[in-house]
Amino acid sequence: MTSLATTKPKGRSLKARLFNRPEKPYVNPYLGGTLLGIVLFLAFFITGNGLGASGGLNRFVVLIQDWIAPQHVNRVAYLLKMAGGDKNPLDDWVVFVAAGAILGGFFSGWLNGRLKVETNKGPNISVHTRWGLAFLGGAIMAYGARMARGCTSGQALSGGATLSAGSWVVMFAIFGGAYALAYFLRKTWY
Amino acid sequence: MTPFPLALEALFGKAGMYLVFLVIGIAFGWSLEISGFAISTRLAAQFYFKDLTVLKVMFTAIIVAMVLLFSATALGLLDFNLIWVNPTYLWSGIIGGLIMGVGFIIGGFCPGTSLVSMATFKIDGGFFALGTLFGIFVFGETEQLFDAFYNGSYYSRLTLPEFLGLPVGVTVLLVVLMAVFMFWGGEQLERIFGGKNPKEAPRIRIFGAGVLVLISLALIIIGQPTTARKWAMLAPTKEQALIDRQVQIHPGELLTSIYDSKINIVMLDVRDEADYNLFHLRGARLAPLANLTEIIPELLLEPAANTVYVVMSNDELAATQAWMVLTAESVPNVYILEGGINHWLDLFASEDSNIAPTPIPPGDDRLKYTFPAALGDRFPAADPSLHDYEFEYTPKIQLQTKRGPSGGGCG
Repeated sequence: MTSLATTKPKGRSLKARLFNRPEKPYVNPYLGGTLLGIVLFLAFFITGNGLGASGGLNRFVVLIQDWIAPQHVNRVAYLLKMAGGDKNPLDDWVVFVAAGAILGGFFSGWLNGRLKVETNKGPNISVHTRWGLAFLGGAIMAYGARMARGCTSGQALSGGATLSAGSWVVMFAIFGGAYALAYFLRKTWY
Repeated sequence: MTPFPLALEALFGKAGMYLVFLVIGIAFGWSLEISGFAISTRLAAQFYFKDLTVLKVMFTAIIVAMVLLFSATALGLLDFNLIWVNPTYLWSGIIGGLIMGVGFIIGGFCPGTSLVSMATFKIDGGFFALGTLFGIFVFGETEQLFDAFYNGSYYSRLTLPEFLGLPVGVTVLLVVLMAVFMFWGGEQLERIFGGKNPKEAPRIRIFGAGVLVLISLALIIIGQPTTARKWAMLAPTKEQALIDRQVQIHPGELLTSIYDSKINIVMLDVRDEADYNLFHLRGARLAPLANLTEIIPELLLEPAANTVYVVMSNDELAATQAWMVLTAESVPNVYILEGGINHWLDLFASEDSNIAPTPIPPGDDRLKYTFPAALGDRFPAADPSLHDYEFEYTPKIQLQTKRGPSGGGCG
């Protein structure tokens, strides 16, 4: 008769493998920026496209809409471009860049011991308030990102590096909007 | 021919192409995570001057990528015309940007960083990402309410050097200097508001800034390739097509293609305005040879892989020059109308008593017909019916395999 102990997995559990790695500090911002810049350059150099994130999420949303209400998608011009007829909204480069970003973030967090279930917030608000604000901020940000045809990745980073005039306008507008409101939201962060 | 960007789909197939994008995405997520962009409080600190990591990472990334990019184009390794440059929509960009800023300070992330945050199990990152899905959904449902605004104030593919009227190298240098100045200012702010000592930062950053400035100066000296230089590089491979008459299409083929719904024909009439006003093909756009380079940014944004450009002059002289300019600037699928407008009129205006040949044959590339009035495209010959004519010709239009961006940066 085998003992109970042998049925337990050998070595460390998955949880321990994920979370118990020694935590390493973040790299210097200028080094991080240089690496990000090299990645951005290589993206343009090899593929002709830059980086993107919200575009990938956009196509994910349209996919779900196309499942639930295909007729509706076929009637709205903006959605039609991505998923009209038998077009698959996920059949686009930016979807794979966004999916890769999730994987890359996970691997880096894992190897550097920074996977942690937590909520980062200012000391004066509750966890639930922070969740609500994060959702609200995400919704507002995404609405603006679609209106400006790209987020911080697709407009500010990618368009900034290719010297697109419009992208520089968008970039300064993002900073402007955030700085203009920062004072009124200081209680949520400090 | 400039070797980059690669024709990924032709080289690796669709799965291979998407694998490349996935690997780029992984490197992207990785570099965001190691910079600390998974932590909302760190990102928000940017806007209280306590920790300017966001500014430093973003602008370092932008200037490093920019300097590498324009070095690659200057050396003829990379074709800038095959790079996706976000088109400029002024007001939707400004309003959208301001809204994004508001979302940033409320939520503490941008879409990309929230994905990385979620991937490292931060719950607020997950909520932000959910919020972005919701915001995107709402935008898709409300865009039709302000469609004119969303698609208005459009300036096509406009770059800062074009806007400022400066050479690319000078613009690159100015952007690098501006970024370095902002880094210096940022470090001062961190010292005042965040209690950080700039002296503790590694000195190599100053060396790095120096390298970028030096390369920018070199870019000013080298300059970016001109149309003539680009053509000189292409001439060995492309000139033969001109000589073998592979790109001169018979008027019959043009007429058939106009009626072919699978092909999007864009006709560019490169003669001067006077000739254009006398007579032009219906749907042809006036694009005088002298100003042709001005519309190239627009042509590069023409999306579909099925767009075919047909350039035309009175004979073929100016059209051939236009063909060389467009081909050198990487505009795909350009053809010349064989024999030009004169040949067209030979075929389609023979029964029109209003259009008569000039008594004395004019010089090269001059109109050899006279018209009673400058009616433009209101002559029957400007828009002949396909069914009334039958021609024998060798079809020459072949759609090129696509290379470069699939369009729509963040779209």
